[in-house]
Amino acid sequence: MERPRSITKKIGSINFSLLSPNEIRKMSATKVITADTYDDDGFPIAMGLMDPRLGVIEPGLRCKTCGLRVGKDKCPGHFGHIDLAMPVIHVGLVKTIRDCLRATCRDCGRLLLTDKQKNEYREELDKYKLEGRDNTYLLKQIIKGCVKSEKCIHCDREIGKIELDKPTSIRENGKKLTPSEIREWLEKIPDEELPFLDIDKKSARPEWMVLTVLPVPPVTVRPSVTLESGERSEDDLTHKLVDVIRINQRLQENRDAGAPQLIVEDLWELLQYHITTYLDNQTSGIPPARHRSGRPLKTLAQRLKGKEGRFRSNLSGKRVNFSARTVISPDPNLSINEIGVPMEIAKELTVPVKVTSHNLEWCKQMIKQKTDSYQEMEDYTPSVNYVIRDTEGMKQRIKVTERNAEEVAEKLELGSIIERQLMNGDITLFNRQPSLHRMSMMAHRVKVVPYKTFRFNLSVCPPYNADFDGDEMNLHLLQGEEAQAEAEILMKVQENILSPRFGGAIIGGIHDHISGCFLLTHRVKKMSSDYASHILAAIGYEGGLPKETVEKGKYVSGKDIFSTLLPDDLNLEYRAKTCLNCEVCNAPKCPYDAHVIIKKGRLLQGTIDENSIGAFKGRILDRIIRDHGMDAGREFIDKVTRMGITAITLFGFTTAIDDEDIPEEAKRQITEGLEKAMKKIHGLVKAYENEELESLPGRSLEETLEMEIMRVTGRARDMAGEIAGKHLGLNNSAVIMAKSGARGSMLNLSQMSGCVGQQAVRGERIHRGYQYRTLPHFKKHDLGASAKGFVASSYKTGLTPTEYFFHSMGGREGLVDTAVRTSRSGYMQRRLINALEDVKVENDGTVRHSGGQIIQFKYGEDGVDPARSLDGNAVDINRIITDIKEGN
Amino acid sequence: MAKETHKQEFEIMRHDLVPLHEVISEEEKKQLFEDLNITPDQLPKIMDTDPVSISIGAKPGQIVKIVRKSHTANEAVAYRLVVESND
Ligand SMILES: [Mg+2]
Ligand SMILES: [Zn+2]
Ligand SMILES: [Zn+2]
Ligand SMILES: [Zn+2]
Repeated sequence: MERPRSITKKIGSINFSLLSPNEIRKMSATKVITADTYDDDGFPIAMGLMDPRLGVIEPGLRCKTCGLRVGKDKCPGHFGHIDLAMPVIHVGLVKTIRDCLRATCRDCGRLLLTDKQKNEYREELDKYKLEGRDNTYLLKQIIKGCVKSEKCIHCDREIGKIELDKPTSIRENGKKLTPSEIREWLEKIPDEELPFLDIDKKSARPEWMVLTVLPVPPVTVRPSVTLESGERSEDDLTHKLVDVIRINQRLQENRDAGAPQLIVEDLWELLQYHITTYLDNQTSGIPPARHRSGRPLKTLAQRLKGKEGRFRSNLSGKRVNFSARTVISPDPNLSINEIGVPMEIAKELTVPVKVTSHNLEWCKQMIKQKTDSYQEMEDYTPSVNYVIRDTEGMKQRIKVTERNAEEVAEKLELGSIIERQLMNGDITLFNRQPSLHRMSMMAHRVKVVPYKTFRFNLSVCPPYNADFDGDEMNLHLLQGEEAQAEAEILMKVQENILSPRFGGAIIGGIHDHISGCFLLTHRVKKMSSDYASHILAAIGYEGGLPKETVEKGKYVSGKDIFSTLLPDDLNLEYRAKTCLNCEVCNAPKCPYDAHVIIKKGRLLQGTIDENSIGAFKGRILDRIIRDHGMDAGREFIDKVTRMGITAITLFGFTTAIDDEDIPEEAKRQITEGLEKAMKKIHGLVKAYENEELESLPGRSLEETLEMEIMRVTGRARDMAGEIAGKHLGLNNSAVIMAKSGARGSMLNLSQMSGCVGQQAVRGERIHRGYQYRTLPHFKKHDLGASAKGFVASSYKTGLTPTEYFFHSMGGREGLVDTAVRTSRSGYMQRRLINALEDVKVENDGTVRHSGGQIIQFKYGEDGVDPARSLDGNAVDINRIITDIKEGN
Repeated sequence: MAKETHKQEFEIMRHDLVPLHEVISEEEKKQLFEDLNITPDQLPKIMDTDPVSISIGAKPGQIVKIVRKSHTANEAVAYRLVVESND
């Protein structure tokens, strides 16, 4: 059966109009006159804000207007109205009111334009409309043209200067106009002149912008909640409406009793205030209305605006069912495509399965397996949570329990739907916020596991930017076969190994995977056949043991063990991360075993490290994916990570504070070097003070001094690092990690054991603080190294108090930078996403918008998917040439 | 609002940063619409008051072919519909 294609329609136009006082009264179910809501018995008061004619919120009660209940038959709620004693200006429309007043005469209400001008403008407007062009600019021009006149052309009245006093008061020649006067004025504007004021005469009259009646929204819009204590708590809108009614009543009483003008005007102002805040409680120029607790009220505009508003929170983003969230933890034994889901979650989440003649027996069996016990089971047996029976169009949802399982199973009919619990192999979407790129949401296959955390392979941490210090992640279950297929093909982790950012792998071995492979392959690692089989068993290797070498004892080489992971046709030659970039590179014969040669899938020489299996740079990984596809890539990552971890566990690997120990002799050398640097700086400062320093081209003397000093301090730190590095060899675990690219850098190590170096704020030496000095510990105008943030100590020896302070200053700058950067880039990304969300690549290779408008004639101008490209190029020419040369 | 044609101070089409623009023929136009399966309004636009439009004499309703240098492809071809400007 062919499903009907969804019909796409284009919105021609949207029309906004104003409610007239008549319309408001006509749609009103009742006039609201009392500010009270409920009487002492808890019943709503008639003609109060909770009048049952405005709709009902308690289930079971019937609405007095339509007779429907709230739950099943859905009473939508009905509007009421408040008759205002005096008219009030609508805040949202003050600018339009101002323009209307500016462009018309107070006496005759006509536009301040000659008939000739009017005809010209009319023609222009008609033309714009015909061509569908934006006329905002022209309309502004019309109003500007009117403001210029001094006398009315029609009745000779002098035209006053109209000014808007934010938020809602308007003055004519400095004298305040009351809303009544404004309304009278607006009434005089003739219908046929409205188009010039950008008002459609079919949808509004200008005087409707001054309110005489206020609509009261249905109770369903502002439901009251009953607290546990039995107390009723009203919605913010209700609170605000209570204020409006109260003041309205007082205003009416005072006016009718003939109270002094001043009192009436005060109350009128107050009514204006309440209605203004009822519409928008963040109007600038007036204090926001507050709750008794001091919290500002959430009124009409606040319900729509901003991140928590209706648009961004409820329409652009929604909460979903069939999802789960919990803490994450690592599991190196899972494939990168898998995810460990706790049993408790697996029992709650379901997938719908249609019962057919093919799976009827299976479905029955599933239902019968139901157990309600919550104890952790050795084996997880999925069952069914609900059966949905479709009898004569009525959907019936039956909850399956251990007690009724047998009965429900027997009664199961074809065509019913069972909501089956999660099973191993189900496809799910896994996500970590912030979802900054498409790899933040990938498809994983379920593996049900005990305990309470989601678990996944460590190689998948970088795309999610996850760690295990308490991070939580979300899981979404796909409910239809179509969605499942789509996720399987497009979203599985293995399909996302190659990043669309640069066409390289962003998933690869990390941390211990790299250290492990380094230990296994560096130089000649002699392994007993026992050890070798242990490692090979861990990766599920099924071939024969690699040949043992017999020279100097019987052993299997670590390189040969690693070679079992490589495809037979792999030929590669490259430099490892461990390469020191020696001045004279003895290329194939590297004394540090840093030159990797792989021939016919066998690692002949060189060390496996970040440049082989890491994300971004892993050459072997990259080549396997390109030549053998995603499946092979996934298998390689799965196995290489498992091999690395087995190896590192076997050899043992630890790092501690003594990894940063260096001999006394080295310490002495470093101190000497630092002293020399200090002397040099001292000399520079002296030279500067004696005005003997020669300035660099284009720099002032001060800048020259700073640059020279920065250079000396930089070199001092490098010197300390070099000396420390000389004494830290590959027998040191921290060095292995740094050199193999597993974690940390030599800079980190030299800062720990040698010298931390110059601290900087905004790229300069630290110079602010007290008058003419950074801290009171130094003399004024001291330009020396330690007075301006040079930390000569190492992290291991510990920092002096002043050094510690400078170090904190530098560190703080880093923190502030990241905080500012994330918020700014977040907003930029939001705008980009909103602008681009409807743009997609069509089947013909063009990039189009939702209406079919062409954005690009060919995707990226060359039509190449960057994820399948090599550094942005569609074809790897060099590779083709070498392949042909070598006759592969 | 009369259209003001600014006096050309120099030949902009010869500037290094201005890519090749040319008005395409009616046949080419028909072929383009057929190839892309579009109506003229789905194309990107260029105003008739755009210095380039003035320089090559493109009139509203015509279509301008633009050949740009591209980082990804060496040359990228784009088309724009000439429209009357708003002022
Ligand atoms: Mg974390
Ligand atoms: Zn009702
Ligand atoms: Zn007049
Ligand atoms: Zn080398």
